[in-house]
Amino acid sequence: MQFRLTGLTTAALGAGALLPNAAAAQTMDLSIELPRMRVAEYHKPYVAVWLEKEGQPARTLSVWYDVDKRGGEGTKWLHDVRQWWRASGRTMSFPADGISGATRAPGVQKQRLVAGKGGMPALTPGQYTLVVEAAREVGGREVVRLPFAWNGSSATATAKGASELGAVSFTLKR
Amino acid sequence: MKFRKPLFALAAVTALAAPAAIAHRMWLLPSSTVVSGTDNWVTVDAAVSNDLFYFDHRPMGAIPTITQPDGTEGKAEHHNVGQFRATFDVHLTQQGTYRIAVVNQGVFGRYTLNGETKMLPRGTTKAQLATAIPAGATDVQTSEMLARNEIFVTQGAPTNTVFKPTGEGIELVPVTHPNDLVANEPATFQFLLDGKPASGLYVTTILGGGRYRNAPKQMEQRTDASGKVTIQWPEAGMYWINVTPNAPRPEGEGEGPRPPAQAQAQAGAPHPAQGGSQGMRGVPSGRRVSYTTTLEVLAP
Repeated sequence: MQFRLTGLTTAALGAGALLPNAAAAQTMDLSIELPRMRVAEYHKPYVAVWLEKEGQPARTLSVWYDVDKRGGEGTKWLHDVRQWWRASGRTMSFPADGISGATRAPGVQKQRLVAGKGGMPALTPGQYTLVVEAAREVGGREVVRLPFAWNGSSATATAKGASELGAVSFTLKR
Repeated sequence: MKFRKPLFALAAVTALAAPAAIAHRMWLLPSSTVVSGTDNWVTVDAAVSNDLFYFDHRPMGAIPTITQPDGTEGKAEHHNVGQFRATFDVHLTQQGTYRIAVVNQGVFGRYTLNGETKMLPRGTTKAQLATAIPAGATDVQTSEMLARNEIFVTQGAPTNTVFKPTGEGIELVPVTHPNDLVANEPATFQFLLDGKPASGLYVTTILGGGRYRNAPKQMEQRTDASGKVTIQWPEAGMYWINVTPNAPRPEGEGEGPRPPAQAQAQAGAPHPAQGGSQGMRGVPSGRRVSYTTTLEVLAP
């Protein structure tokens, strides 16, 4: 994904240049590997990425689905990403600005999430879990959880799926 | 409820009126219970059978009542009654929880007039009872039935408008929402009898798919002092839940022969009303209430 400068991030970056410790936008660089499947019928998986913090509602950061299908038909199968659907998806409306995106091909997929843009909130220090769930039509479903502590400056975590997800990792900086 | 299909309604009444002889289970099975998007359809199988959820005996042909998330009445479309099952579709256009219900309510019974035994006409309601039995009738035996069979389907986030109790018969009040069930989380429901929390109700929970098991996956519980029961799901799947004031038979096949005094006292109906005195003509001498639902429990 390309990092597009918006007014908000420009302002944040500008402020950050003046006060390096204060206002730089938190930026998460996310890497999700979608395994190549040797199957007769392959459809790119629906993938949801969300953030959990105890005592707070889950925050959806990103959803890859058939976003361009006519009549919003791609939303019909969102509930198959079932943990995410229960944690967050069912209270959202689609397409969700800055969150919805098209399904992605097998391989390593990168995404940059910037606090204040799309679904990415500015994090206060504490314990979080980044969750990635993939569900594939006529295929399986898998969830990978990446717990991390945010100390206000940097965090990183890595995990690996066994079936529908390969290596999943992120670095979060400000 | 009005019996719009008297023939099938009678079949349903007969099935419930003689539980010792016929212990088949009545069930509604939705194609989905948790739905995403804004414009979906669900289809429902409605049948009466022993094994859950296999349609191999009788259809349940009554026209269901659909209650939409905003409280307005919806429509059962494409209703069809086949040899073994009835099917119908529900078009989901609102966000929230829908209720799909078949409520069998009525009074059945018999009386003797001029030495002749007569049956109450089909579809007699409680309100009509006083006029349905002619003056001078003797050996009046009547029984009121209220069998509520309902399922829930949620498009988007679950809502609670369809759970507003009517105060009649047995009703479910969610503690856990019935469309928010996951196998590794226990679920709690409260049951009301005529609008009040009902303790000691018998709650039977059976996992579908019994054809492929030697022993049924079945649980017998009773509601606590506040009418609540907590169910631990052994695994994900479709579960049939049946709630009655009287004990199921030991082998677990539907309702057992009830101890009349206790069951009737619990059901809150006066008894007996035999003898056909003018004063008692409008009151059913027995009462049979039940609640049935099918719940889908998802994998974690």
